[in-house]
Amino acid sequence: MPQNEYIERWQKQHGRRLDYEERKRKRLARESHKQSDDAQNLRGLRAKLYQQKRHKQKIQMKKQIKANEEKNVKSSEPATDNQTPIPQYLLDRSNQTNAKALSSAIKNKRAEKTAKFSVPLPRVKGITEEEMFSVVKTSRNSNRNWKRVVTKPTFVGDSFTRRPVKYERFIRPMGLRKKVCNCTHPELGVTVQLPIIGVKKNPQNPLYTQLGVLTKGTIIEVNVSELGMVTAGGKVVWGRWAQITNNVENDGCVNAVLLV
Amino acid sequence: MATVLPPPSKRQRLAAESRAREEEEERNHIPDSVGPVRLRFHDHASGEATGPPVYIELKDATLQNLETLSDSIDGREFALKRIPYKLFYQPLLTENEQDGLYQSMLHSDRQSLASSTETEITIKRAPQAIFRVKAVTRCSSSISGHGSTILCMQFSPESSSRLLTGSGDATARIWDCDTGTPVTTLKGHTDWIFTVSWSPDNSMIATGSKDKTVRLWDPQGKPFGGPLTGHTKAVRNLSWEPYHAQQPGRPRLASCSQDGTVRIWDARGCRIDMVLSGHSASVTCVKWGGLGQIYTASQDKTIKVWDAAKGTLINTLQSHAHWVNHLALSTDFALRNAFRDPKFGGPKYESDRRIAAKRNFEDAARIGKKLVERLASASDDCTMYLWEPLTTTQPLGRMIGHQKVVNHVTFSPDGLYIASAGFDNHVKLWSATDGRFVRTLRGHVGAVYQCCFSADSRLLVSSSKDTTVKVWGVESGKLAEDLPGHQGEVFALDWSADGGRVASGGADKTVKLWSH
Repeated sequence: MPQNEYIERWQKQHGRRLDYEERKRKRLARESHKQSDDAQNLRGLRAKLYQQKRHKQKIQMKKQIKANEEKNVKSSEPATDNQTPIPQYLLDRSNQTNAKALSSAIKNKRAEKTAKFSVPLPRVKGITEEEMFSVVKTSRNSNRNWKRVVTKPTFVGDSFTRRPVKYERFIRPMGLRKKVCNCTHPELGVTVQLPIIGVKKNPQNPLYTQLGVLTKGTIIEVNVSELGMVTAGGKVVWGRWAQITNNVENDGCVNAVLLV
Repeated sequence: MATVLPPPSKRQRLAAESRAREEEEERNHIPDSVGPVRLRFHDHASGEATGPPVYIELKDATLQNLETLSDSIDGREFALKRIPYKLFYQPLLTENEQDGLYQSMLHSDRQSLASSTETEITIKRAPQAIFRVKAVTRCSSSISGHGSTILCMQFSPESSSRLLTGSGDATARIWDCDTGTPVTTLKGHTDWIFTVSWSPDNSMIATGSKDKTVRLWDPQGKPFGGPLTGHTKAVRNLSWEPYHAQQPGRPRLASCSQDGTVRIWDARGCRIDMVLSGHSASVTCVKWGGLGQIYTASQDKTIKVWDAAKGTLINTLQSHAHWVNHLALSTDFALRNAFRDPKFGGPKYESDRRIAAKRNFEDAARIGKKLVERLASASDDCTMYLWEPLTTTQPLGRMIGHQKVVNHVTFSPDGLYIASAGFDNHVKLWSATDGRFVRTLRGHVGAVYQCCFSADSRLLVSSSKDTTVKVWGVESGKLAEDLPGHQGEVFALDWSADGGRVASGGADKTVKLWSH
């Protein structure tokens, strides 16, 4: 590992060697010959690695060419802004369009049975109880320690009061309690901070659902009344489910995506 | 656990009931000193007395009796010839006008009635439609076809079987409402269609689009001439010259645009007739009045009144503090119906039609002996103003009450009410004579976009961002029907002139037809 930018420093002080530019040009000119030589003559593992590298390069190259071609296409019609159409009385009003996107495509998808249970994060890594709980020593000499501290962030409802110390089996530390989440609406692409209402399902363990543990992949219910969503019957929706997308204990905040 | 009191005993209950009964009797008791009261009917619009004063017993002054009385004063004893009247009693006007008439008469005037039998009670009356429109209750057909959001719609003035819709997919479509099927697609525009309009004689269709053009079509959907070009920005609204004011064979059309101009087109010649430029911002609404004026509302906070013949500016109405969003004329319904009669259809020949249209318009506009066209304007400053633009540039009344932007305003066909739809989820009703607040229709949970009266003025339908259409009783102020069914916001709404159908369309790309 080089310590500090000593090469750059040297170059700043003394300049480059005199034939630097020429050597660079020549190396570039030989590049294709070198590649061709390698492609023909490498054998074994080296050949394999080389081909992999080359394959990736070619994919990138093709993508680049395609992008350039698209950029060069000249069209006769003016570029239309592909926003959703709005009636004339909503023209020049900025905040009106982003309120609600209820496309029938999504509704149809939800109607399918399999899609009903499909969520953005279908599977998550398991968390062991050892990682989840730390043991509080309750007796000096026996091994039957029954008290646990939850080491992950949790959601605790407003009405919760702690039980007496003698009966409190799980401690949810105050510092790790979360009340709000940064919720992204997948259709609108907006992120807003919404209050959490409850934990609906923790995929790890039913016990964690009860405890309100917030891990990646947990389904939570959030208060969306600020978004102004309504049902097909014209009632205001205020609770909506969302799935947590980040490792809350690493980031210190809850990020979630709304399930629409 | 809280202590629950035991239920009252039978004795207690009986005592409470008898006490209530006594109070009720006490309230309804008419003192013996009150003899017959003097009562006189006045016309609601002009305030002039109709017929001589009448003496009646106060206890006989029930609503039904008063209605019979008002008919017999007109010499219409025969039941079939009677006209239903809406009666207004002065002291209490806002809440429960109808059922409270008799009661309020009793209570508010008891003192004065007891003191003098010479006091004359003024009862104002306004004629109502002799037919009744039933509230729409069900979705009779849900037609898909448009490729994008539906932005505007209008029923044909001729009948409720033809509906015209404009959409974000740059096409307008004509639908057959009897069968719920598409008739034709009007293709030609290249951008969203903001406004569609049938000509008053049903012989032409005009569409205005974001692509800066207006296009004309015949009712079968064939393009009539080329696009009318001239606007430099999107066309926002269209208005046809009223039928009785048209030169024979030369109907004209006004279009307003985001570029701040209003253009008057000769529809047969497909040429521009005049340009009304004077607004400094986007013109949001244009209305062609029946007395030869054109009214325009703009985002530069003003309403301008133009002479339709010469194209000169007559007046500028400046009271609003923010954008003016929408205008409504008290004669809108008569101008849309032109020469048609709800019972007989309408005359066949053009000269007769012209006379009939003029008569219909004058019936709607006549207040006392004058022809008056009133104008209501809705604005972003959360208020509305009521104007009589030909007599004064000062507003007749200011309508305050909405908490957010007022988007849409409309007069009832009988000219008694103004309804306004606001983004604060409420529809409000106002008196059309002086702009007094009448009542609020609460029920929507999203911004209300449009509202529309039924032809008999007894019902109101409103469409909202909350995906529902709601029908309200104007008299009761209650929700008559809630019509859910749309999958997205409902942007466009219309109630056909014969009252049979309501059409709605919006973000879910389907046209829904509602009937009873």
